[in-house]
Amino acid sequence: MAIEVRIPTILRSYTGGAKVVEGAGETLGDLLTDLDSRHAGLKARLVTDAGALHRFVNVYVNDEDVRFLGALDAKLNDGDSVTILPAVAGGAFGFAAAAALAGGRRVAVAR
Amino acid sequence: MARYDSLLDACGGTPLVGLPRLSPTVPEGAPPVRLWAKLEDRNPTGSIKDRAALFMVRAAEESGRLRPGDTILEPTSGNTGISLAMVAKLRGYRLVCVMPENVSTERVQLLRMYGAEIIFSPAAGGSNQAVATAKQISAEHPDWVMLYQYGNDANARAHYETTGPELLHDLPTITHFVAGLGTTGTLMGTGRYLREKVDGIQVVAAEPRYGELVYGLRNIDEGYVPELYDATVLNRRFSVGTRDAVLRTRQLVEVEGIFAGFSTGAILHAALAVAHEAVREGRRADVAFVVCDGGWKYLSTGAYGGTLADAEDALEGQLWA
Repeated sequence: MAIEVRIPTILRSYTGGAKVVEGAGETLGDLLTDLDSRHAGLKARLVTDAGALHRFVNVYVNDEDVRFLGALDAKLNDGDSVTILPAVAGGAFGFAAAAALAGGRRVAVAR
Repeated sequence: MARYDSLLDACGGTPLVGLPRLSPTVPEGAPPVRLWAKLEDRNPTGSIKDRAALFMVRAAEESGRLRPGDTILEPTSGNTGISLAMVAKLRGYRLVCVMPENVSTERVQLLRMYGAEIIFSPAAGGSNQAVATAKQISAEHPDWVMLYQYGNDANARAHYETTGPELLHDLPTITHFVAGLGTTGTLMGTGRYLREKVDGIQVVAAEPRYGELVYGLRNIDEGYVPELYDATVLNRRFSVGTRDAVLRTRQLVEVEGIFAGFSTGAILHAALAVAHEAVREGRRADVAFVVCDGGWKYLSTGAYGGTLADAEDALEGQLWA
């Protein structure tokens, strides 16, 4: 079963530059394991050692945030579209500004 | 509700209007599913941010942090800057906004008109450069006051004390509240209030998914989540792409005559998703969503006309919400 996965620019070094890759899995966790078998290192960038989604990564299944659908246990179906994005939603300028102002936190740096 | 002592007193109390043409049709005998728009563009400067700006300034005055004649510094190119500029003018403060030099001309003109001073940072450095500049200025002027809307409780409290009660008063049968996720103040404040008062209320977030140029610069190890954000207030969170946001923004004006900015289109997209879901499941639904601002400030993008693909191109790389 094929699930389309959109990869953010910052992680395309793991997919040979591909913007969209295909994978399979009953759950998001399974899908990431499947992707990692062909794109080694990708999963470790998205999931912490403790087995949770990285705090600053947002993953959407058909445009809905998986954290409200069971996170790594979120169920997937054939034809689903998965989007991975860095956490800058709601106004990157504002968020970056907020990060800088919060003090002690680091802001994402342009490369 | 027609007479006020001053413009600041006219903040809030916005109309909630039904959308009979955009609400999904339900099968015969099925319970009704209705969409309602909270017209926040009817606030003094034309956006929902007036509520937060007013509450944040009042809270800073009450705590003694802000004294007559003080200077407020805010790195913002958006509605918060415009709202703060108006409140600062009427309450006797100076406002300095830091923003990238490539923001739209309407924004610069509006801010200047309301009396704000603007410090531009180089466009090439984007948001990060604006932030760096603001930090530098802040360090040079420790007496200037940064209200910091992303972590300021008064931002969420504005919605807990005004937006939430207004919605419940006007729509006691509310089942869903849908709003945009930026500082998260609207959703946290209104969401908490409605959760306390309405059994089974669904609090739904719509966040903009920008073009790749915006995310291309971001590193996933160093992201940011506003201090105000508490995921337990939300039931669902949708990510809405540029094309869907533009499509819904156009639909809103074409079908219901409401001329709104693109962030409202993103919110409407999520509101329609939950409304159609309710129809499929045969449940009654009164879905209230926020119209954040009017479309005037975004006309120069050209995204209200032409094909959707053209509009998407026009907004690529822009922070449209």
